[in-house]
Amino acid sequence: MKYSIFSLARAALSGHKNWQRTWRDASPKDRYDVVIIGGGGHGLATAWFLASEFGIRNVAVLEKGWIGSGNAGRNTTIIRSNYGLPGNTGFYELSMKLWERMEQDLNYNSMVSQRGVINLYHSDAQRDAYARRGNTMRINGIDAELLDLAAVRKMMPFLNFDNARFPVQGGLLQRRGGTARHDAVVWGYAHAASALGVDIIQNCEVTGFTRDTNGKVTGVDTSRGRIGAGKVGMAVAGFSSRVAAMAGLRLPIESHVLQAFVSEAIKPLLPNVMTFGAGHFYVSQSDKGGLVFGGDIDGYNSYAQRGNLPVMEDVCEGGMALIPMIGRVRLLRQWGGIMDMSMDGTPIIDKSPVEGLYLNAGWCYGGFKATPGSGLVFAHLIARDEAHKEAARFRLDRFQRGAMIDEKGQGAQPNLH
Amino acid sequence: MRIVCPFCGERELGEFTYLGDAKPRRPAADAGEEAVYDYVYLRDNIAGPMSEHWYHGGGCRAWLKVTRNTLTHEISAVVPAAGAGAAKVDA
Repeated sequence: MKYSIFSLARAALSGHKNWQRTWRDASPKDRYDVVIIGGGGHGLATAWFLASEFGIRNVAVLEKGWIGSGNAGRNTTIIRSNYGLPGNTGFYELSMKLWERMEQDLNYNSMVSQRGVINLYHSDAQRDAYARRGNTMRINGIDAELLDLAAVRKMMPFLNFDNARFPVQGGLLQRRGGTARHDAVVWGYAHAASALGVDIIQNCEVTGFTRDTNGKVTGVDTSRGRIGAGKVGMAVAGFSSRVAAMAGLRLPIESHVLQAFVSEAIKPLLPNVMTFGAGHFYVSQSDKGGLVFGGDIDGYNSYAQRGNLPVMEDVCEGGMALIPMIGRVRLLRQWGGIMDMSMDGTPIIDKSPVEGLYLNAGWCYGGFKATPGSGLVFAHLIARDEAHKEAARFRLDRFQRGAMIDEKGQGAQPNLH
Repeated sequence: MRIVCPFCGERELGEFTYLGDAKPRRPAADAGEEAVYDYVYLRDNIAGPMSEHWYHGGGCRAWLKVTRNTLTHEISAVVPAAGAGAAKVDA
């Protein structure tokens, strides 16, 4: 199935009753060259890059529920590449460039909207820190603009500029940042990977690894039987520690719960994605009109996929401090996702100490924007057995070597990242 | 989620700060890098009942050892952490 204006017109003439399924719901074969555990954005993107870039098409993606039912469908859909540390800067820009051509690459409308991401600053010190980050971005060929108060006022006149404690002074804007439709990203990768022969297998939970006498991983045991594999890659987000434990590994990761919120739909208000620099609140407006917002993780280990009220209150207070008028808007939905919080807030894309098992983990709450980049570099690692140059610092042993990539500068305390 | 502090009674979550798994023990000074790496960075990341340290900063300011199920948030036991005035509540 190839989507175009002609396929749309054809389907319209038959009352949109003859659309075919966009990807194949496969049954497991006995063996694959590569098995990817996790049918979220990262797992499906990895499979697509394996097939399209590296010529490995005998690939299965195993998903314990339905594709996109984990964090791929629980995020706040923001894409950006406004990072300042070596290791992060290049990687997230690689991902940003892949977002910009995703719809052409996949022949699928993932609704990438480069509406801009602005980080507001509220003090001289914060302005200086943002200026430094913006300069780092520009040196690396990434767009960044430091806006003064007048420019922010013009762009968003509805903000509370005169907050006595945290007056808005300006913001760091990345115009190429924005949002994408998260489900369509999952379906798009499924669509394109499936067309290249990748088997997407749902309701297939991995329950263990099969190993040979040397300890090398030779496949996985699943709820749908044993599946042999030349190599196994795991992209299971908040469940990384549990899956890795099946191979006898302990990871530098804690699983935490992060909440997100959507308001009722209102008329177009927010022109971009915005973060409050003095509290835990960031927000964008979906194409349906709802305000999509969130804040920090709850702060305690959890696999429960739901959070608690203190964080909800804190996030809403942040929103009220910045945009007082949203106090009239009703909260429609709220949910939680399980984040694999690494010890420095940066992901791990590396071979594991177990031969044949590859790790894609530790995304904290920044996994969505990384989806295409993560897929490319993880596929590179699996196919070539060496790290992609833009992911060369995301090593598992960086904590032992003292080579952490701590963008927030918080130290080894996952609930602070 | 509410925590029943042994000193203050049932209190809302916002009064408490989380530290994490109560199991890791600081290695001896001469234990070597491997042991320090394990203590600082590696986690069991338990899915199920977990013993963990919480600080009651909005109340008695005592450190507590809480047994909580990370799959359900159900709390089954709260006792003072060692040295946190445990004798006062016969713990």
